[in-house]
Amino acid sequence: MIEVKNISKSFGKHTVLKNVSATFEKGKVNFIIGRSGSGKSVLTKCTVGLLEPDDGHVFFDGRNFTTMNRRQRKEIRKEIGMLFQGGALFDSMTVEENVKFPLKMFSDMDEEAMSSRVADCLTRVELDGHGDKYPGELSGGMQKRVGIARAISMNPKYLFCDEPNSGLDPQTAIVIDNLIVDITREYGMTTVVVSHDMNSVIEASDTIHFIHEGEIAFKGDNAEMMVSDSETLNDFIYASKLMRKLRDKSSK
Amino acid sequence: MYLSGVGIIFNIGRYTRFIATVMRKPDKWTIFRRQLIQEMTIIGTDSVGIVALLSVFMGAVMCLQTAHQISGWIPVYTIGFTVRQTMILEFSPTLIPVILAGKVGSNIASQLGTMRVTEQIDALEIMGVNSAGFLVLPKIIAGFICLPALVVMSMGLGLASGAGIALLTGVSSMADFEYGLQVDFVSYDVVYAIIKTTVFALIMTSVSAYHGYFTSGGALEVAKSSTKAVVYSVVIIMLTNLVLTKLLLT
Ligand SMILES: Nc1ncnc2c1ncn2[C@@H]1O[C@H](COP(=O)(O)OP(=O)(O)OP(=O)(O)O)[C@@H](O)[C@H]1O
Ligand SMILES: [Mg+2]
Repeated sequence: MIEVKNISKSFGKHTVLKNVSATFEKGKVNFIIGRSGSGKSVLTKCTVGLLEPDDGHVFFDGRNFTTMNRRQRKEIRKEIGMLFQGGALFDSMTVEENVKFPLKMFSDMDEEAMSSRVADCLTRVELDGHGDKYPGELSGGMQKRVGIARAISMNPKYLFCDEPNSGLDPQTAIVIDNLIVDITREYGMTTVVVSHDMNSVIEASDTIHFIHEGEIAFKGDNAEMMVSDSETLNDFIYASKLMRKLRDKSSK
Repeated sequence: MYLSGVGIIFNIGRYTRFIATVMRKPDKWTIFRRQLIQEMTIIGTDSVGIVALLSVFMGAVMCLQTAHQISGWIPVYTIGFTVRQTMILEFSPTLIPVILAGKVGSNIASQLGTMRVTEQIDALEIMGVNSAGFLVLPKIIAGFICLPALVVMSMGLGLASGAGIALLTGVSSMADFEYGLQVDFVSYDVVYAIIKTTVFALIMTSVSAYHGYFTSGGALEVAKSSTKAVVYSVVIIMLTNLVLTKLLLT
């Protein structure tokens, strides 16, 4: 479980997060949703320490990450896997080397154990046989999947995915969503997914945090979200014609 | 921002912290060793051609220019003497690093800048890797090792090509040229040159890495960082050259 308590973050005069608190539960896929520029990526980056929050604390299973020194943070970092918005694969390395990289840096596995672990991870994301390719030779969806494989190679306790399916077609997007749900259940991870794609939210979310103007405007699950009377949330959910049609149909 | 008072202090502070982070013990020595060899290839081996070419031409031109300027009572051995002094004191130890700042520095800055804007540096950090150390330390050490070697090679080639052109064009006899090379030779000059080179190597690699590492934005900013890397490396090398020459030679 990850607890974010009263996080605030500004860049110069521009306040992005105002006193944000959230709880991300173990074994569940926890969504952070909100409009573009609402601070979703900033919140995830503050949570994992890529940005220092101006105020507030983050607890990983009760361990206060914010007050830790460099060495203690490093230990927690080894328990975190992260899929970045743009994939962030190392483009000087092949797919296989990308996935193997964290193992090489931090595990005591021998070469053989590492290779089999890498093969397992690549199978998990349905990319066997692509190990020798370079990231530049892959499609966007394949890069995302390699990103997931790399994120789970160290068996993380915590998985962060920043817009795992932006830029993907709906079918591929759902494959990725299901993959995230499956590995979360399988390994009992605490998973945090940032998204503004309502399809994904409905498909994959266990809990939902909606950020609006730097504040958490709604917390709850799928069913609660659909019947929420928060105006900003409804504007967000029903921005698309498709969603409005669905709503009208179900209310009839 | 860069040239305002606050900007300079901010950058010096951030640079100092950056170097402190870079100098931490690597996470894994086996990986560090492999990266070091890779960087030595990029910074060293891949620069041999350009350094050799420039040095050969520089030695030859120095020889001809000096020959053109001496007449009457100035002895012919001045040619060999001038070629030696220029190559050893200035051309090899200062201009070679300046030229490499253009070639290697822009390469370092654009590589790190791209890694920054595509979140590859964040990806390293999140794994628990000291990204600054991991990416930059091998480059700095490679510069430390390769630049003095390149500079010594440059000196040798410059002198040899000076001698060659002197004989070919007949402006000086081999005996005169050789006498010029040896007259009043102080071996400390070479030590001075090597000291300068190592300092310039540190400046070139670290200043370029600094600009690349702290890029923010997109492709346009990567290009800007790479320009800044070269400009600042060259300016700082020149300023340091002045200071070091004053300190070490007078
Ligand atoms: N490093 C930074 N420096 C200054 N401002 C920043 C920085 N990172 C983010 N911001 C600002 O913070 C705000 C929130 O950005 P963030 O990236 O969190 O948005 P987001 O919700 O992830 O949007 P998207 O869905 O488009 O990814 C934006 O206004 C952005 O300009
Ligand atoms: Mg974002």
